[in-house]
Amino acid sequence: MSSRLAALFDTCRAEQRAALIGYLPAGYPTVARSAELLAAMLDGGCDLVEIGVPYSDPVLDGPTIQAAADTALRAGMRLRDVFGVIESVAGTGGRAVVMTYWNPVHRYGTDAFARDLAAAGGLGLITPDLVPDEAQDWLAAAGDHDLDRIFLVAPSSTDVRIAATAAVTRGFLYATSTMGVTGARDAVSTAAPGLVRRCREHARDLPVGVGLGVRNGSQAAEVAAFADAVIVGSAFVTAADEGDAAVRALASDLAAGVRHPAGNRAADAAV
Amino acid sequence: MTATAQHPAAHDPDARGHFGRYGGRFVPEALIAALDELTEAYGSARADPEFTARLDGLLADYTGRPSPITEASRLAEHAGGARILLKREDLNHTGSHKINNVLGQALLTRRMGKPRVIAETGAGQHGVATATACALLGLECVVYMGEVDTQRQALNVARMKLLGAEVIPVTTGSRTLKDAINEALRDWVTNVDTTHYLLGTVAGPHPFPVMVRDFHRVIGLESRSQVLERHGRLPDAVTACVGGGSNAIGIFHPFLDDAGVRLVGFEAAGDGVESGRHAATLTAGAPGMLHGALSYLLQDADGQTVETHSISAGLDYPGVGPEHAFLKDTGRAEYRSITDAEAMEAFRLLSRTEGIIPAIESAHAVAGALRLGHELGEGAIMLVNLSGRGDKDVDTAARWFDVLASEELPELPEGEAQ
Repeated sequence: MSSRLAALFDTCRAEQRAALIGYLPAGYPTVARSAELLAAMLDGGCDLVEIGVPYSDPVLDGPTIQAAADTALRAGMRLRDVFGVIESVAGTGGRAVVMTYWNPVHRYGTDAFARDLAAAGGLGLITPDLVPDEAQDWLAAAGDHDLDRIFLVAPSSTDVRIAATAAVTRGFLYATSTMGVTGARDAVSTAAPGLVRRCREHARDLPVGVGLGVRNGSQAAEVAAFADAVIVGSAFVTAADEGDAAVRALASDLAAGVRHPAGNRAADAAV
Repeated sequence: MTATAQHPAAHDPDARGHFGRYGGRFVPEALIAALDELTEAYGSARADPEFTARLDGLLADYTGRPSPITEASRLAEHAGGARILLKREDLNHTGSHKINNVLGQALLTRRMGKPRVIAETGAGQHGVATATACALLGLECVVYMGEVDTQRQALNVARMKLLGAEVIPVTTGSRTLKDAINEALRDWVTNVDTTHYLLGTVAGPHPFPVMVRDFHRVIGLESRSQVLERHGRLPDAVTACVGGGSNAIGIFHPFLDDAGVRLVGFEAAGDGVESGRHAATLTAGAPGMLHGALSYLLQDADGQTVETHSISAGLDYPGVGPEHAFLKDTGRAEYRSITDAEAMEAFRLLSRTEGIIPAIESAHAVAGALRLGHELGEGAIMLVNLSGRGDKDVDTAARWFDVLASEELPELPEGEAQ
């Protein structure tokens, strides 16, 4: 079966631009507010939202997202609330995937989680601490419930691992642009273009999204020059503290960036 | 006796680090290359006579191995007639078993050509041991320690600094060992090219559980032959405290194939398992992933890690090594729990009857043995891993037993309720 995100990436390819993906934890700062903020992100120009599952021990996250997860958990967010947030996004025609550390899914039951995610209108899962080597249960559940499985690759990934990861990925490959945790950075990583190139060598038709560190339109334009999707997380969490208008404005700025890639995207894409 | 020459291959995990269903690697992809590098480096070091000779030399000349066995006859009067043999890991350089693993991994760090070491610590014993080995081998050392623990183990913070290590207090989450490991993992993801993460217990992603176990097997190898030589037979039971489980796996492992030897681990029951304020992972937890491996875990219905409590900082951890989970499920080892009060009573008894002040962690193993002795009865031999000494715990114990006037004690750290 083809990816639930195929139509999105087809559109972006036709428009010769990258997709914009925005991240926000469910339940931040409250369950109801997170649904409104996600709506503002889509309204401002995000093509897809990544709904984070707040987790007590987020080892791939920097201080901004850690603090947001703590806030959500302290406010009483429960795992089942995530499905309600997805429903609210999907109900207005928005596209949503979920990003989650693995233990909450394991605890809920992998198949049950996949079933409830699909029923709520979610399109797939991004799994920051589940590598394909340990993902047999998830791959089976994703197949049964027609969900995309979005795995991560890193600058340290060998070509063999990139190929193996790409082979079981559906949707897009999530390239972590730097060696490090999430958080807005001043400069876009120099490792990212090389990593994206290596992904393309092993998976010609699989879109590659780049995340970790992007916070404004000009950085988005830089990444859009070589990637199929630009993923923004911590900057949205920070903007969320200022309200819907700030979130919408950030999304608009980033959306303009992915439409005006720095350098010659068409030539790069033809490689 | 060589520490590493006897391969434990019969009880190795599979190629991906699984002990039955437990273990494995649940980590960000960014760390996989470093874990592969470490697996390969350890695999070749383990089979390299030069490496094992170097490690055995350090264990003998620097640590002071073999550690002796002390029969605790006066203590045993409280154990229902059973005999108690203490394996004296408290006499090692730096005061606990932790140095066994640290020297192995520090040598491995040099072998991999990495100049920087990071570590987590709870009670400070692993941090002190790591700072020590880094001073000895000329490695840069950064230790992550929960802010709560830096306060209740202030002397060990000073020790690490005196040894040249940088100590970074961790202020996220519960500000204890669990969060120190999270911060160390974040550092490692960022600096993996130059840095080895010297994990201090048998938890974490493959190859840590098997590698750390191997470095601690020396405890069990020595004591097995010491007991055989002195008593002409194997012990009836081996006891150890279990937080992450490193000293327990080290002393249990060489007895795994001795079916007649009971292996009993004692976890921290804190205020009592039924109170909810405890760290008895194998007793009250359920399978889940934390810090890179599937094992038992103290978690809520949503899979969030729950906060733990123990008077012992070194046992105050919601996870446990995956091989212990496997040994529990197969029934080869048993796991029970000991409350703060029981552990402190054993601490007092051992101090008063034998002149040995144990680490509060190790006092859990002593308390467990006292109880087990009544079950085993007259003439039974119990081998107890006395994993560390109590110097670091004098402040905590002085408060518990109220042996000093209050103005003689440092101020109680914030968040500490005793």
